[in-house]
Amino acid sequence: MKNSLLKLILRRLALGILTLLAISLLITVGVEALSGDVCTAMMGQMASEDKVAACHRTLNLDRPMHIRYVEWLVNFVQGDMGKALTNHREVADVIGNRVGNTFFLAIASALIAIPLSLALGVVAALYRNSFFDRFISMVTLSGISVPDFFIAYILMAIFAVSFGIFPAISNVDEWMNLSERIIASALPVLTLTLAVSAHMMRMTRASIVSLMASPYIEMAKLKGVKPGRIIVFHALPNAWSPIIQVIMLNLAWLVVGVVIVEVVFVYPGLGALMIDAVFLRDMPIVRATAMIFASVYVILNLLADILSMASNPRLMHPK
Amino acid sequence: MKFWQPLKEMNWASRFGFFVVSLFGLCAIFAPWLAPYGQSQIVGDVWEPLFGKFVFGTDQIGRDMLSMLIYGARNMIALALLTTAFAFGLGALLGFLAAIMRGWVDQVLSRFVDIIISIPTLIFALIVLSSTGTSVFALVTVIAIIYAMPVYRIARAVAMDIEVMDFVEAARLRGEGLWWIMCKEILPNALTPLAAEFGLRFCFVFLLISGLSFLGLGLQPPLADWGAMVRGNSDGIAWGYLHPLVPATCIALLTIGINLIVDSAVQKASGLRDDQ
Repeated sequence: MKNSLLKLILRRLALGILTLLAISLLITVGVEALSGDVCTAMMGQMASEDKVAACHRTLNLDRPMHIRYVEWLVNFVQGDMGKALTNHREVADVIGNRVGNTFFLAIASALIAIPLSLALGVVAALYRNSFFDRFISMVTLSGISVPDFFIAYILMAIFAVSFGIFPAISNVDEWMNLSERIIASALPVLTLTLAVSAHMMRMTRASIVSLMASPYIEMAKLKGVKPGRIIVFHALPNAWSPIIQVIMLNLAWLVVGVVIVEVVFVYPGLGALMIDAVFLRDMPIVRATAMIFASVYVILNLLADILSMASNPRLMHPK
Repeated sequence: MKFWQPLKEMNWASRFGFFVVSLFGLCAIFAPWLAPYGQSQIVGDVWEPLFGKFVFGTDQIGRDMLSMLIYGARNMIALALLTTAFAFGLGALLGFLAAIMRGWVDQVLSRFVDIIISIPTLIFALIVLSSTGTSVFALVTVIAIIYAMPVYRIARAVAMDIEVMDFVEAARLRGEGLWWIMCKEILPNALTPLAAEFGLRFCFVFLLISGLSFLGLGLQPPLADWGAMVRGNSDGIAWGYLHPLVPATCIALLTIGINLIVDSAVQKASGLRDDQ
């Protein structure tokens, strides 16, 4: 019955697209409702009606909201994000340079964090309640509960100030080759890795341990299968679904957690750009960056659901 | 049972958590009597050393770090408590409403919550704060709305279970109104599971507030807050001053402390044993 799985996936996909539309509506209409009239704010309450109307015309605000929303959406999908309010540059150009930097950061962290946390999670589940397990669980609990900038500054104090191995400020530019780029972004990547590994590792351990009480594991134990083999061949295939879910959720988180880490290391990415725009109240940029972050988040969540459906042995091989 | 009995039964981790949380709690309550200086008073040179004349040195413009930390504890904890309380009030109210009314009310509320939850919290807060500007009011409102969403889901699920009980049916047949059913029938029975969530949600709220104030969107001076202290002192790190780590450690200690308490409470409540 592959069909039922396909149906589930298609339904989830439709829901994801609806969510994205709803978010875009919220971002454009909600922001406008909250920020009030830009023109009266710029010209003051005493400005004459003609002037305000002229300002509305130049900023394209004289037409009804739903038409402007559809226009914005159509342009956005085609990559035209309007002009920035502060320096009148095309938003797409400003963002274009930085998207790659942010994704470089996120992907590099994911490449280190996923294998690391899976391995540690399996080992902790294998030797549960040992000293190693307790130590790791203590460390990861702390890792989850501390703010990212705490980890970032500790790493900065150790590696940039005391030892001077990596730069404290990540000046990344287009002309760098890969090794220069890796050294420049080592500390942000390390920070993000530590921050996400903690959660992924705990969930890996928890989902394996929760399976250890099931009858087929008991059976394997009684057959005399070695503990390592039980975990890898008997428990893990059934634990994939929750583990994949957690991995995707953490990747989604990673793309957003990047905001604070970029600010700490003055890394030229989307997050730092968004914060600057928030302060300048440059709404076209805030809108575009927010939409990108939200889309990545929604898409990764979507993938999490679909992959965990697809990796669930019960759904893949129905009776 | 003596009042310290629960404390005796705790393991060392939750005792540590309890100690840290009560320490910060005391700082928050007695801030004006404990702090040696005012929270925006300039008392010395820029970045006086840690553990010297001033216990935690002075910050980037010469304010006493210890006093700022103590006042910061008060401001941050008060703000986070207020926000979490609002979030729970709003979330529980809407959740109960959805569970009692069912039908389209439930559908509309639940779909709305689905959408808000699918936007990352920090991004949502940034969008709203960039359009309203920063103020304590906007900060509390937006974070309360964000965290009311998960509370709504929990409250709705809990209330759904209670709503089908006979005593709710009896109250309906008696002709009691919506408000009565919500407050007198459902709320008392939903209080324990909701209270169990409070600690954890408080941590999330606290971390989001410190994140926002680190970005400069939180409390504005002269009010001291830990996130802004980290950011303000961050330039010092390049010169080898460890000052920004002090408020960052406070944030970390408080959230770890609460998590340790919550962890042991959850473990006790669910009766987890060796195999789990």
